[in-house]
Amino acid sequence: MTITQSRPAIAATGLRKSFGDHVVLDGLDLNVPRGKVFSLLGANGAGKTTTVKILSTLISADAGDVQVAGHDLAREPDSVRAAIGVTGQFSAVDNLLTGEENLLLMADLHHLARGEGRRRAAQLLEQFDLTEAARKPASTYSGGMRRRLDLAMTLVGSPQVIFLDEPTTGLDPRSRRNMWQIVRDLVAGGVTIFLTTQYLEEADELADRIAVLDHGRVVAEGTAEELKRRIPGGHVRLRFANPQGLDAAMRVLGQASRENDALALRVPSDGSLRSLKTLIGRLDDRAIEVDELSVHTPDLDDVFLALTGNPTHEEVTTR
Amino acid sequence: MSAPALTASAPAGLRFHPLRDSATMLRRNLKRMLRYPSMTVMLVGMPVVFLLLFVYVLGGTLGAGLGGAAHSGAAGGRAAYANYVAPAIILMTVAATVQGTAISIAMDLTEGIITRFRTMHIARVSVLTGHVLGSVIQAMFSLAVVIGVALLVGFRPTAGLGAWLATAGFLVAVTFALVWLSVALGQVSKSVETASNLPMPLILLPFLGSGFVPTDSMPAGLRWFAEYQPFTPIIETLRGLLMDKPIGNNAWIALVWCAVIALGGYLWSKRLFNRESSH
Ligand SMILES: Nc1ncnc2c1ncn2[C@@H]1O[C@H](COP(=O)(O)OP(=O)(O)OP(=O)(O)O)[C@@H](O)[C@H]1O
Ligand SMILES: [Mg+2]
Repeated sequence: MTITQSRPAIAATGLRKSFGDHVVLDGLDLNVPRGKVFSLLGANGAGKTTTVKILSTLISADAGDVQVAGHDLAREPDSVRAAIGVTGQFSAVDNLLTGEENLLLMADLHHLARGEGRRRAAQLLEQFDLTEAARKPASTYSGGMRRRLDLAMTLVGSPQVIFLDEPTTGLDPRSRRNMWQIVRDLVAGGVTIFLTTQYLEEADELADRIAVLDHGRVVAEGTAEELKRRIPGGHVRLRFANPQGLDAAMRVLGQASRENDALALRVPSDGSLRSLKTLIGRLDDRAIEVDELSVHTPDLDDVFLALTGNPTHEEVTTR
Repeated sequence: MSAPALTASAPAGLRFHPLRDSATMLRRNLKRMLRYPSMTVMLVGMPVVFLLLFVYVLGGTLGAGLGGAAHSGAAGGRAAYANYVAPAIILMTVAATVQGTAISIAMDLTEGIITRFRTMHIARVSVLTGHVLGSVIQAMFSLAVVIGVALLVGFRPTAGLGAWLATAGFLVAVTFALVWLSVALGQVSKSVETASNLPMPLILLPFLGSGFVPTDSMPAGLRWFAEYQPFTPIIETLRGLLMDKPIGNNAWIALVWCAVIALGGYLWSKRLFNRESSH
């Protein structure tokens, strides 16, 4: 049992994929522990969807070894399919069927007994706030409703590993929070989630581990905290009542940088209490009046912008 | 006890259930047909229009040219022609239905749900068999309507109960074969428009056979083609069963054609469906 437990839900090494001479994945390595949320970040066109498609057996990689849920992707794709659930970036519902019929279709394909299927469908409709629309054709659903139905359909079979490719794109804030809670509940139940997202707040909120994809490789990986620590950008912002205060502070704090319009300064800082105390002490000694002080730690946006999107490089990989 | 084991999936859960999955997919397709009835109406409408055209507009003259038993006047010719042309119209009904199959397969492949099916542990072929069974049912419905109209406009089959049952069975076999071919044509099409054009020859083939006029009235080259193309033995078998005429070895030739077309269509379809999705 210990061997099984230590085995990751997804392990990929040296994953490569090109479309024609356009290299999309260039030796990607991934290690997703079981029962965790793993988030893949990357700019548009970085290859997130391509990665999800390969891991979910939709397309094959040009090279690389992949194990999903303990099964070799190339040799046992059927075993992989039995263990996974996929909510792709683009809607995968039957538009002519109603929401309820879509869920019952999934229940039938997972060979649930009739009563059990109905119960599961009713429960998921409720959970995803679709009970009212259950009997309407999916073609009449709004984008957000369709997205929710899409995820509900993925959950019918109670998969062990779930791929979510931008699951909350197009959802309103309440539905998004609802979706996050569902993801947390799933993880609490032992499910592994492989998530791609454009919302860094979402990765910050949900992911146990984050990998940043750029030019076909993972350029950084770790917890949100670890990633934030890797890049500079933490600072304290001071706002002054008058230019005299600003000038005085500039003289005292050598390495501060001036914000153009506002009477404000940015002072590099790691945000720790000790450094704040020192800073305030130095301002106090000169009796400099500060109107407002705020501490900025780098967020994932800073991480993302620092690590990805080198446009000159892009020219090289595209044909 | 630990969290659910990732490796030890029960073998029972890994077994495929092609029959059950096909039944599920069939239900899906029947529901879709009911939600989108204009397609079915169009598919029945076309052979009905051809039937009326051939019996009322062309029937008088064509019937007189059939030869054989004495046909006095246009009315007699028309009645004789209704009997002659009915099997061709019946076959055209099947061809129109399978054209619909190609269209709905092509439409279905653009739907995201097919991508979902591909990531699921289901018997893959059931996506196709669902369409095939749905189309066979749709064809039987269309045939009932078309034969009903044919009876109203003067078709007078002499078949007994046994011959009618044999006709029904034979038509199921023909439909089954052409549907599999059409499932492949629908998949090979890059767009829904192509999918509706590719099976066109199936609609035209009865004209280039013994469907509308006897083959011995055709020029030599065309006549050779007409006599050896698969639709001629199929039409002759139908004619024999319905009008109580000698069939000869046409039935066997027709059934062998059906088996070849069905097998070829099935293998081709399966191969096309298993190729990697390009989107
Ligand atoms: N079937 C295909 N044929 C050719 N090129 C493709 C194909 N699929 C993807 N690509 C290319 O591969 C690259 C990666 O695409 P992918 O969809 O994986 O990006 P992504 O990271 O999911 O982007 P987004 O954030 O916009 O969803 C893109 O440059 C895209 O044009
Ligand atoms: Mg994508």
